[in-house]
Parts: sequence; C-alpha cells; structure tokens
Amino acid sequence: MTMRFRLTKHWLYLPLVFMTLFYLLPLYVMVVTGFKSFEEVDLKTMWNLPSGIHFDNYIEAFNALAPSLKNSFLMVIPATLLSSALGSLNGFILAKWKFKGADIIFPFILFGMFIPYQSILIPLVQFMSAAGIKGLPGLVLAHIIYGIPITTLTFRNYYASLPHELLEAAKIDGADMLGIYRHILLPISTPSFVVVLIWQFTSAWNDFLFAVILTGNESWPITVALNNMAGSQIIAWNVQMAGSLLAALPPLLIYIFLGRYFLRGLLAGSLKG
Amino acid sequence: MPKALRDKDRYLSILLIAPSILAVLIFIYGFIGWSVRVSLSKWKGLNPDYTWNALNNYLGLFSDPRFHVDVRNTVVFTGVFVLGCVLVGFLLAVMLDQGLRGEGFFRSLFLFPMAISYIVTGVVWRWLMNPATGTRTSGLNLLFTNLNLDFLVNAWHTTPKWGIAAIALAAIWQMSGYTMALYLAGLRAIPRELREAAQIDGANEIQIYRFIILPLLSPVTLSALIILGHMSLKVFDLIVAVAGKQLPLDVPAIYMWQTTFDGLFYGRGAAIGILLLLSVALLIIPYIRYTLKTETEQ
Repeated sequence: MTMRFRLTKHWLYLPLVFMTLFYLLPLYVMVVTGFKSFEEVDLKTMWNLPSGIHFDNYIEAFNALAPSLKNSFLMVIPATLLSSALGSLNGFILAKWKFKGADIIFPFILFGMFIPYQSILIPLVQFMSAAGIKGLPGLVLAHIIYGIPITTLTFRNYYASLPHELLEAAKIDGADMLGIYRHILLPISTPSFVVVLIWQFTSAWNDFLFAVILTGNESWPITVALNNMAGSQIIAWNVQMAGSLLAALPPLLIYIFLGRYFLRGLLAGSLKG
Repeated sequence: MPKALRDKDRYLSILLIAPSILAVLIFIYGFIGWSVRVSLSKWKGLNPDYTWNALNNYLGLFSDPRFHVDVRNTVVFTGVFVLGCVLVGFLLAVMLDQGLRGEGFFRSLFLFPMAISYIVTGVVWRWLMNPATGTRTSGLNLLFTNLNLDFLVNAWHTTPKWGIAAIALAAIWQMSGYTMALYLAGLRAIPRELREAAQIDGANEIQIYRFIILPLLSPVTLSALIILGHMSLKVFDLIVAVAGKQLPLDVPAIYMWQTTFDGLFYGRGAAIGILLLLSVALLIIPYIRYTLKTETEQ
C-alpha cells in the first residue's frame, strides 16, 4: 500500500519540472542572450545557446548602467541601515514599553504599509521641492519614512514573542530602558535585523515609482535607467537583456544566499510573520 | 523599580518613538489629507491653485472614457492575476507538501522571481511576448512554433481588449511563488494526526483535501486574496516596463502619473490617487483589524 502510494507520487515530478521550466524561461533568455556575441544575436535564434561565452553585451550594458548602479548602491545602503535601526527602536517600544495609546497607534502605522503611493505623490514632490531636497537624498528619505511601517512591524512581532520575564529580571536588577534594549534585546536581534535589512534592501533596490519621480538624469537608480534603456530604440535588445541581469543580480544574490530570511520578510509583509 | 526611574523611562520611550510617529503622521496621514485637498481644487498647471472645486474632479473621472478603460483593465488584471496566483500557488504548495525529494530546490526556484524588480520582469517579458509575426516571429511565439504548438501563438499584450491579461501572466510568474509560500506555511501548520485520522476513517486523498485541508486553509486564501488584490490595484511598474504608457493597457496608476506629471492636471491626478487609496482601504482596513484581533486572542 505504502509502496504504491510512493510510486504514484513520483508522477508529481512531471508538473513540477514543467513549472520549473516556466519559472526559468525568462532567466534562460536573459542569461543566454547576455553571453552571445554581437554577431550571433538575432531575435529568430533567441532560444539557441550561445556559440561560446562572450562578454560583449555585459560590457556594453555595464558601461551604460554603471553610474545608475552606483546611484542605487549609494541610495540603498543608507536607506536600509537607517530604516532598520528606526524599526528596531520602534518595535521595542511598541512591544515592550507600551505607553498609553501604543495599541491605538500601531494599526495606523501598519496601514501605511499598504497605501498606494499615488495618494501621497503630489504632496511628496511639493514637499521635496519646497525643502530643496533633490535627487538621491530625497529618495533615501522617502524609503526611510515609507519603510517605517514594515520595519516596525517585523521588530515588534519579534520582540513581542520574547517572554516578559526576560525584561522583568533586568528591571529588578535596576536596568533602565536603554540598558535593557542595548544589553538584552539588541544582542538577540540579529535574525530580525537580517530579515529587515534584506527586505529593505530589496524593496529600495527594486523600487521604480519613487525613483522615477524623485530623481533626475544624474541620480537615476538602476530601475529607472533600465526602463529608459528598454524604451529607447537605440540600444539593442541583447544589451537590454544583459542590463536586466545586472539590475537583478544584487537582490538575486541576496536571495540565493539568504533565502530563508527573505521568506520571513515576505511573510511579515502580509502580517503573517 | 522606583517610580522616578519608571517615569523617566516612560518619557524617554515616548521621546524616542516620537520622530517615527511624527513622520508617519505627516508623510502618510498629512499627505493623504493634502492630496484630498488637491483633489477638491481646480489646480491645473505648474502653479498650485487651491480654488475650491467641490467633487468636480471625481465627477469628471466617473464620466471619463479613459477612466472607464482603467477600471475595466484593473478588474481584468485583478481577476487573472489573483486567480492565477492562488491556483498555481496552491497546487505547487500541495505538490511540495508530499515529502518529495528536492522539495527545497523547487521551493527556492518558484520563489526567486519575487526578489526581482518589476522593471526587470517587464523588460524580459516584453521580449518573450514579442507580438511580431511572419519571419520576424520571436519570443514565446517562436518557441511555440518550434514545438509545433502553433495554436498557442498569440498577440500577447497587443491583443485587442484583453492585452492586460498577458501582463497579468508576467505578474503571475513573479508572484505565484509568494502564494505558494503562504499555502505551504499553512499546510505545515495542519497537524498530521488530522490527516491520519481521516485516512483511517477511509477518506481518500482528494476527500481529505476537499473536506479537511481546504477549509482549514481558508484564512490563508483570504490573506492571499487581499494582499494580491491590493497589489493589483497598484500595478504600475510592470505595465510601464512591458509596454510603456499605452491607452489599451492603461490603469489608474498610469493615468494618475500622466495626468499629473505630464499633463499638470493635479486636481484630477490627486482624485485618482484618493480613489485608489479608498479601494485599497476597503480591503486592507478590515484585514488589519482581523489580524490584530486574532493576535490578541492568541
């Protein structure tokens, strides 16, 4: 009986492999096209393997996109670090140092995670120009502020799951709030920091809406530069494919090496963390 | 703990969280209020004009054929995208829950598109969904022809009226792994004994899924529907990257963008933004209340 059961289950590999092909198809085209030489690039042979490994497309794509890749890193790093630090502090206070009204404030912070940014875009642009904030700093600011809900949520849920006795003991020993945060919670927060850092890195790196409205030619991050590249008639599609891979690579590498934490961020984003 | 110290800590905690709360208050709620005000104004042009215009921007949208296209496209996109993600995600999760070898590999593979930007997805799918015909056939159409699956060849996002469904296909590619992850987490939370008991009672595999597992997974389905539904209301990047800003594939987010920043019709742009916000709120507010309620009950 069990044996037969097992045998039937092996059929499942058929649909699974089919779905694997579906998920890999775009990646295949991206990678294969990128490694073709200029001569062999042809839409009619787009599914064929390259004759050898050529870097022409990647070199051209990199030359075109290098400034915006740099902009992306310059923007993403401070945005990620600062919003994670804020989230940790907020989460700690909301979970373990409840003041009057903390439970009323929390859902209002949460709602900010889901709003369509079209509903704040006009004021945001007006505010930035009135405050004289241009380009990357403005984008960093936007990612920090609109990142507060998700970072706060992740840390709050983590801290809330820790037993109260942990803090009570420290309080009896005379530790004050900051002491408890620094010496007790911060040292055990690493997993949550990894989750939040990855999440913020990925969403800031992949963002397009804020980037396209808050940055100009000189400060375009990679998503905007890539979209413009794809929209132009001058740059060949093979270079666009290579450029796509360059744009996808940083978050993809994070996913490959830290996938477990990525998944936890993902579930937190649907309030299921 | 001495009262003085406790008070000091209380003030300190409020002081430390104040900047974030203030930021949320201003940049989220203040800005929403500001947008509402813009949506009720006659502002059209480079310089702000807050002359009262009552609900005219909203009324203008309701009788605007372009906005009708947007609403229809959003409905089609939402239907295809949400249904596709839930179905694909559920089936993948059930298959991966059978304890097959290589489960971790498949799981990671089905999820990886989530790490990628919609812009990258869009640029690649734009070439996969190349609608050119004859000798210039390429992309998926070429693949279908080579595999003798000619009946699958189609015009993708350039299909009249239903092009938006092709965009939803790319979105399913990107997001179905996410529903798989949600369902897989849900399946793992179902105690083994429950299935075993049903097996002993003589239920077959399909009956077990139909009568035991599916009902237990309904909270997961509800979350997935809400999260995916609110995502499809906001869809913007993906369409722009696949097709640019064309009327047949127009959605509210693109209309908002064009009328505001290209057409300088701020009043109407703000009205679209607020309508989007209201439709998202309709889904999300009950969801947040429900989630927080179950959390306190636990």
